[in-house]
Amino acid sequence: MSVVGVAELAAMVPDGAKLVIAKDESGVAMAAALALIRRGVKNLHLVTVPVSGLETDMLIGAGCVATLETSAITLGEFGLAPCFSRAVKSGSIKLKDATCPAIYAGLQAAQKGLPFMPLRGILETDVLANRPDWKVIDNPFESGDRIVVLPAIVPDVALFHVPLADRHGNVFIGRQRELMLLAHAARSTIVTAEHITDDNLLEDEARSGSVIPALYVNAVAHAPRGAWPLGFGDAYPADAAWMSRYITEARTPAGFARMLEAALQGPGARLAA
Amino acid sequence: MSAVAEVAARAAGPTEVLIHSIAGLLAGSRHVAVGASSPIPGAAALYTRAVSEGATRVSVLGSRRHNAFTNGGVELFDLAAQGRIDAFFLGGGQIDGAANINLVGVGSYPQMEVRWPGSFGSAYLYYLVPRVILFREEHTRRVFVPKVDFVSAPGPRDDGIYRPGGPHALITSLCLFDFDRARKRFVLRSVHPGHTVEEVRDNTGFDFDCPAQVPATPAPDAAALALIRGQVREEIGETYPKFAAQLAAV
Repeated sequence: MSVVGVAELAAMVPDGAKLVIAKDESGVAMAAALALIRRGVKNLHLVTVPVSGLETDMLIGAGCVATLETSAITLGEFGLAPCFSRAVKSGSIKLKDATCPAIYAGLQAAQKGLPFMPLRGILETDVLANRPDWKVIDNPFESGDRIVVLPAIVPDVALFHVPLADRHGNVFIGRQRELMLLAHAARSTIVTAEHITDDNLLEDEARSGSVIPALYVNAVAHAPRGAWPLGFGDAYPADAAWMSRYITEARTPAGFARMLEAALQGPGARLAA
Repeated sequence: MSAVAEVAARAAGPTEVLIHSIAGLLAGSRHVAVGASSPIPGAAALYTRAVSEGATRVSVLGSRRHNAFTNGGVELFDLAAQGRIDAFFLGGGQIDGAANINLVGVGSYPQMEVRWPGSFGSAYLYYLVPRVILFREEHTRRVFVPKVDFVSAPGPRDDGIYRPGGPHALITSLCLFDFDRARKRFVLRSVHPGHTVEEVRDNTGFDFDCPAQVPATPAPDAAALALIRGQVREEIGETYPKFAAQLAAV
């Protein structure tokens, strides 16, 4: 494992890949997503854990997404996701609407090498009615107890942003433990990091419990401010001015194209080039 | 003037009445969780915690300071399935009289005329959390419909499904309803200051039960206002800075 550039990292996501990404609070690899857009990746099957915002909206707006498996797409306090709404109305993406714990459960099945996972709730919803890949079984230990079973979600690639990685490919995630689930479930994991350390993160017992070991990690890229225009933990807030402009502009394809151009000139530009 | 009297000199605004009313619905909860995009419920939960003297634990999703989860997003759902979350909030682009909620959109799925973010955890948590509080500020016939276009999460039914949870109350900018789970109907409990039962009726697209006398929703007193405008505003501002700024400007 060596530390690669962001563009090189993005090249590791093939067209048509099932790509799993993190929610905003967990660490979004926006610089890498912009590099994917610049490269012109096509036909992604995007899985959001369990929700997403700007990253998904921009990938959809740029025409990179064929299928979207999600529990919700929103830009939070800034408003509804404009490209997502447009794509739903036009039918240009295939939707697999889910509910948050179902996405976790599908990944947990993959993590355990199981074909499926049972989950409470969901029965009698239109979410279930529109998911022919989800089944209902009778609890084998208690008849009359109907329960939903969900197939494993096995992503080709997991992509997210972390505070710190070392040169061996060990990745520190702090309390964002669901990133561990992404890495365990996916066939390969690629990561952008705010900082790269020369230390070996596994040698520090105080934080090794919050480290995804290199065993799961295929590549790391150094990407300072790699979540911009989104915020990243306590390191920096979302770029509110940019986000507010995006919400308005991206309501039209031409406006979105302008915002994408601006993003490609932003702090991540040098990284994504 | 005392410090409390000074901070509370301005009369309670509508948002403060909502925060205070929701906090009343949470009293006695051991653990209240607050989902995404929920500043007012978040403020109410933090208010409840502040007056509970340590009895109520609060987990605000999206917060770093007011969320002790260390096992990622799945922890909330695991806790809920074990019965370790007492109260949670759900909204709805549409809510009908049987307490079905729709967070997906208007029209026929999938190419809907209006698309909202999606179902979030509703399809699961509605079944499992005993005190689900439905919260939607906009009180119009567009929101409170005879029948939802898409069921993200269904109200209680006699279907034998494992369902320790369900709707407890519905609070809007106009009023507070209880939900009667046995009769599967909303019951008007109180109307917020400055509004009337007629206004509620005119703007609700479903039938509900209405007692002969409907009281006004109690407004927060000076001490409650001081708490909302002080500690609660500061705490919720970590997750919702825009909201906290608006709250200060009320």
